[in-house]
Amino acid sequence: MADERRVISVIVANEASVLSRIAGLFSARGYNVVSLTVAPIPDTEYSRFTIVTKGSVRVIEQITKQLHKLIPVLRVSETEEMIEKEMVMVKFPITENLSDISVLSNAYNGKIANVGTDTIVVMVADEPKRVEHFLTAIKRYHPIEIVRGGTVAVER
Amino acid sequence: MQISGAQMVIEALIAENVNTVFGYPGGAIMNVYDEIYKQDGFEHILTRHEQAAIHAAEGYSKVTGKVGVAMITSGPGFTNAVTGLADAYMDSIPMVVISGQVPMSLIGTDGFQEIDAVGISRSCTKHNYLVTDAKDLPRVLKEAFYIASSGRPGPVHVDIPKDVTAQIEEFVYPETVSIPTYKPHTKGNKRQIKKAIDAIASAKRPLFYLGGGIINSNAADEVRKLVKMTGIPAVETFMARGTLHHEDPLLISMLGMHGSYAANMAMSETDMVIALGARFDDRVTGKLSEFAKHAGVIHVDIDPASISKLVNADYPIVGDIKGVVLEMIELAKEKIDAESYTPWLETVEHFDKLHPLQYFEDTDRLKPQWCIERVGELLGDDANISTDVGQHQMWTAQFYPFSRPRQFISSGGLGTMGFGFPAALGVKRGAMDKVSINFTGDGSILMNIQELMTAVEKKLPVINIILNNNYLGMVRQWQTLFYDKRHAETDLSVQPDFVMLAQSFGGVGYVVRTKDEFDAALKDAIEKNVVALIDVKVERLENVLPMVPSGGSLFNMMLLEQKKES
Repeated sequence: MADERRVISVIVANEASVLSRIAGLFSARGYNVVSLTVAPIPDTEYSRFTIVTKGSVRVIEQITKQLHKLIPVLRVSETEEMIEKEMVMVKFPITENLSDISVLSNAYNGKIANVGTDTIVVMVADEPKRVEHFLTAIKRYHPIEIVRGGTVAVER
Repeated sequence: MQISGAQMVIEALIAENVNTVFGYPGGAIMNVYDEIYKQDGFEHILTRHEQAAIHAAEGYSKVTGKVGVAMITSGPGFTNAVTGLADAYMDSIPMVVISGQVPMSLIGTDGFQEIDAVGISRSCTKHNYLVTDAKDLPRVLKEAFYIASSGRPGPVHVDIPKDVTAQIEEFVYPETVSIPTYKPHTKGNKRQIKKAIDAIASAKRPLFYLGGGIINSNAADEVRKLVKMTGIPAVETFMARGTLHHEDPLLISMLGMHGSYAANMAMSETDMVIALGARFDDRVTGKLSEFAKHAGVIHVDIDPASISKLVNADYPIVGDIKGVVLEMIELAKEKIDAESYTPWLETVEHFDKLHPLQYFEDTDRLKPQWCIERVGELLGDDANISTDVGQHQMWTAQFYPFSRPRQFISSGGLGTMGFGFPAALGVKRGAMDKVSINFTGDGSILMNIQELMTAVEKKLPVINIILNNNYLGMVRQWQTLFYDKRHAETDLSVQPDFVMLAQSFGGVGYVVRTKDEFDAALKDAIEKNVVALIDVKVERLENVLPMVPSGGSLFNMMLLEQKKES
């Protein structure tokens, strides 16, 4: 069976060691993690994990079931109907073509975030696939450092 | 009431009706042991190793159906207990294991006897807690018992730093549990159950595949009724032995790697598998792609993650077996005609006649299978049977005439050598009116032999029957069959004198070479009512058969041939 990329959204009780429970589940059962983000959900006692994973249909089904089996997990949703965004920050030497970089980052829903004496930092927030395209496009400007934020997603 | 964290532990255990705690004290758990000293609400049984404390609590839990409780200290106390936790996790045994931890101020400093206990137990428990404030203790302990015993049962580990057991706080033990994120699904979907019954009614060769979940659910009576009224034959997993009475005409036998020919052939020929609380373990299914190839699958399990994990279920039913089976019984009354399976039953009978489960007494030495059958003849229902792990374990599952659930206590999923003797202590403690027999091997028995002391001190007269072939028999069997008879490190010719060993602890020992000696030793051990080691010199090269080689198809078995192995 071919591997599919899936985004799984997991709502968990805010408590110590919940991150290791989830990370431990993935490593113990040999599941892939492409990216994983986590942050508290405002005004609740819960946090949301957004996990991008790859696997066959059966494996994805097992992942959602096994996640749900963890005691602090409230809800697991895994649908194809997700709006996905990812943020990325890239640092360039100040000597590169700044107007090119600025135009490119604008085209990918981003902007220049910081200008220093030796480097500039741009940020882009877009669909994960477009972020990939952006990262390919800016290769020729000799990026010094690329920091990807991991996918966040919400159901349509 | 203002009490210390340690006192809270005692109060909680009493509130949970715990009457036996197995454990071993040490530095970080001393506050709790000080309170154990002062109380008389439960008995504490000091084992002589932490691993044995957990196995004893497992045995106690399996025989009584109650939550098993064990207590240990931090560091090595905890790490010694990990095998037991993993064993209980694999076999879904409800347990609460409480460990001491270094004081909060020392956590993370590599303090004396510090280990990240919850970090280690995370992957081998149903849930775990590090309690950082005594205010949380009443809630955590209440949740621990609830989580351990509800849904698919399992062990829960509670790690308590020493300063938390000293901390004094208000104590009110909660009467109810509210965990918004944990709501086990217990009631099977009616529509699905109806669909499943329709599927059974239209099948020609249906087969019950009974698993350990039935025993956890205390549903054996209901399952017996369902099997009887439908007239559908049944196979049991290793974990389900005793669900049906051994004389039940519809019970084929155990299936799997060492299942009977008839059971494995029935599974290969069935057109509708009715799995009740079974999890399609690799030791049961053999090669998955060939498993029950012609069959639809009805799968009833309380754990949704067990359903369609390995074999796709056409009729998945998530719920507690007991309730689901009761509904099945109601529906089956109208829809299922027990007479309609006669041709199928004849086929199964034919399989059984072709290659029955048997052994031949074709050598001078006692056959291990004979010993097991003999105990069955002499004690039958009056004994609870535990085992260690290896050949003797499979022979026991094959040849002992089990008549009730919770009669057979063994380490299934993890396959833990050293499980049997301490588990038998817990079994005896939980059922003093029955004889507690532990079938063991000359390899396994040495892996918790120190428990002779516990047995003598606490007057737990477990009878250990060592089926002694001077080999690590099961590994030797694989070496014989698959490694061209290179018996690497499995020859156990060098052995202790088991009689003197038993005597040195205050128990009794016997050496047995003949049938008469066997009967006499068993009789004497029961009369002496003290822990016993019966060292039975059995045929050295006997193999467990039938056998489905690892990864092979169920219908492709190595069968017993009436000749001696060269």
